[in-house]
Amino acid sequence: MTVRTRVALKVVVWVVALTPLARLLYAYWIDDLTANPIEYVTRELGDTAIRLLLASLALTPLRLMFGLGWPVALRRLLGLFAFFYVCLHFAVWIVLDHFFDWRTMTDDIVKRPWITVGVAALLLLAPLAATSTTGMIKRLGGVTWRRLHRLVYVAAVLGALHYIWLAKKVLIAPWVYAGVLAILLGLRAVDALRKLVRRRRPALA
Amino acid sequence: MRLRYSDVTPERAYLSRRELMAGAAAIAVIGATGGGAAAATPPAGPPLKATPNPAYRVADAPTKLEAATTYNNFYEFGTNKEDPSRLAGTLKPRPWHVQVDGLCAKPRTFDIEEILKLAPLEERIYTLRCVEAWSMVIPWIGYPLAALLKQVEPRPGAKYVEFTTLKDAEQFPGQKPGFLGLGSLDWPYTEGLRLDEAMHPLALLTVGMYGQVLPNQNGAPVRIVTPWKYGFKSAKSIVRIRLTDSEPKTAWNKAAPQEYGFYSNVNPGVDHPRWSQATERRIGEFRRRQTLMFNGYADQVASLYSGMDLKKNY
Repeated sequence: MTVRTRVALKVVVWVVALTPLARLLYAYWIDDLTANPIEYVTRELGDTAIRLLLASLALTPLRLMFGLGWPVALRRLLGLFAFFYVCLHFAVWIVLDHFFDWRTMTDDIVKRPWITVGVAALLLLAPLAATSTTGMIKRLGGVTWRRLHRLVYVAAVLGALHYIWLAKKVLIAPWVYAGVLAILLGLRAVDALRKLVRRRRPALA
Repeated sequence: MRLRYSDVTPERAYLSRRELMAGAAAIAVIGATGGGAAAATPPAGPPLKATPNPAYRVADAPTKLEAATTYNNFYEFGTNKEDPSRLAGTLKPRPWHVQVDGLCAKPRTFDIEEILKLAPLEERIYTLRCVEAWSMVIPWIGYPLAALLKQVEPRPGAKYVEFTTLKDAEQFPGQKPGFLGLGSLDWPYTEGLRLDEAMHPLALLTVGMYGQVLPNQNGAPVRIVTPWKYGFKSAKSIVRIRLTDSEPKTAWNKAAPQEYGFYSNVNPGVDHPRWSQATERRIGEFRRRQTLMFNGYADQVASLYSGMDLKKNY
């Protein structure tokens, strides 16, 4: 891939990833955030976060399934944007929803499993964002870095769980996200299994 | 000397900024002319005359009509808050009949025009507390449900009242079967009250709000309002009222029994299994406020539940 294509692709990711935020800001500007703006904004930011996280996890399966290598170049950017929306989602909860009522929020984190797993997902994503620079990859070494970044699977599962547990049981959307995640992780598992078998075969022969 | 933000920003300025954030809603809906999250401004409904009843008012200002008619939980239209206002036109509230039967001496079917004239229409301002921890203040129009129930003369054996909402997927697109039967409740929507709750003067048979005929998205043409209970207890677009000797099955209880009990009285001390009910956000306000026992109607309804464990009977 030429440098020019790579830059163009990244510009596209920037535009796509920032569109949901731009839409919220525009809706705020024209006073179109529904009758319950805080709830609406929280939900939109959470939705965007999980979508971007799933998008970042969809790139490796593209390579595994179709041999498409180039999308992986966008993985870091998508992952960082997912983390960005997770942070905004969390900030809205703290500032707008609870207005720094730390006691209530701490109680909720301890008592409500869906909030517990949500905060846990955020905490798991933080070190990944912090070690996302090329310098950090070099410093940690490829093997350690890859091992650390497998935490994203745990974070994504917790994120999906967060949505399933918070939503009313009759809603479908949380299950759709969970299903997509299951497929994306399943494809990796199949690939890992295949590699394992291939590695063992010479020993058996 | 250190300066804080509050030293340099006049209180009024930052307070009004907060109001701007939270109150975006009201203006939002007026400003929206299609597209976006909020639905378009509903057309003003036909006026409905009613006498304000000063015994039933609250100190807080009523919620903006636009918010009350565009932010609705009415799963018959769809699960999103804006679905009911967006799809309201599919419901035909005329002609309409309500069958009142079961354990009573004079079961019969009432035409909606007859229901409108059964008792003098009053305007009552009630707070509405949703189980999702938000609330509104709404000027309803109607009369006590007791006036209708007395018409059919409940028998001594009648202990409960069951309400049934219209089931018709042509008029209620949310009732169309979803994917694998997911994404919906078990239709028709049913709700219930104990007979003494239903006969309580606060329980309002409601046909209007804000001086208008009840909009479709708010449960036209006739619904119940029980302000001391979470909103979902107030059945909308009612086609049948049945007196019975056993506790009726209710729609949300069937969907999630651990989360929605038969009583569902507003109670800040009894959390929903997944969130606290101690506070609520009044639509149009920024900061949460404390939720009151029985939504502030404790002096009127607490006696209905004396001796009952309200944690068990949630």
